[in-house]
Amino acid sequence: MSTRTLVSPLTLARPRGKAVYWTVFGGVVLLFALAFLFPVYWMVTGAMKSPDEVTRTPPTLVPHGLHLGGYTDAWDLMDLPTHLWNTVVQAAGAWVLQLVFCTAAAYALSKLKPAFGKVVLGGILATLMVPAQALVVPKYLTVADLPLIHTSLLNSPLGIWLPAVANAFNLYLLKRFFDQIPRDVLEAAEIDGAGKLRTLWSIVLPMSRPVLGVVSIFALVAVWQDFLWPLMVFSDTDKQPISVALVQLSQNIQLTVLIAAMVIASIPMVVMFLVFQRHIIAGISAGSTKG
Amino acid sequence: MKTASKPPAAFPPAAAGAPEAPRSARRRPGTPWRRRLADQSRAYAFLIGGVLCFALFSWYPAIRAVVIAFQKYTPGSGGEWVGTANFTRVFHDPEFTAAWRNTLTFTLLALLIGFAVPFVTALVLNELRHAKAFFRVVVYLPVMIPPVVSALLWKWFYDPGAGLANETLRFLHLPTSNWSNGADTALVSLVIVATWANLGGTVLIYLAALQSIPGELYEAAELDGANLLQRIRHVTIPQTRFIILMLMLLQIIATMQVFTEPFVITGGGPEDKTVTVLYLIYKYAFLYNDFGGACALSVMLLVLLSAFSAVYLRLTRSEGDDA
Repeated sequence: MSTRTLVSPLTLARPRGKAVYWTVFGGVVLLFALAFLFPVYWMVTGAMKSPDEVTRTPPTLVPHGLHLGGYTDAWDLMDLPTHLWNTVVQAAGAWVLQLVFCTAAAYALSKLKPAFGKVVLGGILATLMVPAQALVVPKYLTVADLPLIHTSLLNSPLGIWLPAVANAFNLYLLKRFFDQIPRDVLEAAEIDGAGKLRTLWSIVLPMSRPVLGVVSIFALVAVWQDFLWPLMVFSDTDKQPISVALVQLSQNIQLTVLIAAMVIASIPMVVMFLVFQRHIIAGISAGSTKG
Repeated sequence: MKTASKPPAAFPPAAAGAPEAPRSARRRPGTPWRRRLADQSRAYAFLIGGVLCFALFSWYPAIRAVVIAFQKYTPGSGGEWVGTANFTRVFHDPEFTAAWRNTLTFTLLALLIGFAVPFVTALVLNELRHAKAFFRVVVYLPVMIPPVVSALLWKWFYDPGAGLANETLRFLHLPTSNWSNGADTALVSLVIVATWANLGGTVLIYLAALQSIPGELYEAAELDGANLLQRIRHVTIPQTRFIILMLMLLQIIATMQVFTEPFVITGGGPEDKTVTVLYLIYKYAFLYNDFGGACALSVMLLVLLSAFSAVYLRLTRSEGDDA
């Protein structure tokens, strides 16, 4: 049987225990439904109401009829395809670059023993201590005018992609995982004539699938959910990701249309969560307790 | 050693130029410098991309924040040293006091609500024997909704006219509130949004911690006659103390950088009541075009939060050594 918790199985087996258990269980189901599912339901159905119905008091629990006009209007009026595509491009690029540069750097730090590797790792870990948001302004100035080459990455996806690579948490996660791969395995590959890149590609990466999955999810979610940084980087409306566009357009748009746009903006992340929920939840539970 | 004593049938030629297997070559004290240089340059080839990004977007901005804090800085034409003028100017801004007061209040409230609610939720969930997966998914759902969407969603709920918050109060025959529009209630309203949006992650971490508590401890406590509350106090809390402390530190660091909720829901209003430090940094840079002031504020926030981070890293490291 399962391990015991606060309440002993014996107490639960008694009639009184059973009654209390099922009452608490019912209460939690109800509370969870109200607190977490209902707002989402309200959002999805709110977008189906007519502009008149959505502001009516008392509100209607079930929309009268199925108005999908809110959704189609949001799609067209708010130019959602453009902003969704921008977000996809930004997230995908940040993901790919992070995987390429962070795995390469983590592999070097973990297995290739470069001179001053400890110093570099220390410098990377030190950035974990620096609150990211507090540095957005000097980071913005750097991106607006890159040192030495004097180019601006503003209004370019590179302004999202390259800073995303500087993710100490993901790099450290990869490095720690690579550290656990026994040296013998890599040396065997080397004796078989594999170069460093070949070893990374054919031995290390296939062995690291779990951690690559976790890093991928973290990388994608971070870009999709971010607001302040893309708000600074993209002043050009056509280049903005969905999060920035939603806020910029929220002022002068009909409520039902805005709500529909909010639903559409949430769908990709929610779908990804429902598909990968086991991995995401396991990653959060495990990653946190092990530090 | 295994591979060396049992060479495969077709032993591949060793790396070009090296007469012996690379493994033994590396071990020998007299490794040719040429080979060591090749190893090093290969290592740095793998390292360079990542390190460049860190240098450009982490290390350099951190140094630059401190430099610009003492400069009058205009993008394009560089900086001019002004000593501590930025700090004094920022310090005398009435919004400065408001921003720090709001941020600290927000952090404190978020800590109180953000600790109690997820901890109790995790405690209850851990006792339930059915539908565990369902609860975990549902509690984490708000975390996956983009923060901008949750902010806009709650802005709509808080609407004094047809908002769901007041509708619910009316339905229960309770007095309605101004929520995010009221000077007294605005900040609390934002804390509620932040708690709703982030609670899922915290609950999952507490759940994992609760599941690692050995059942024998509860058994022993029960034999000693400890009731439910005593078991929580003397077994559950001491056993999860470390995780609680860690999450509190992380939460302080995260909530002191709050921006999206005040920016989207209240716009800093009413009357500066929800302007946070990060919001003020944003305003200095992008509204007043005062990058010196923005960096001076950033440095203040940086110093304060780095202290919390240092404690956090110190604690996680020492715990790791014990284990």
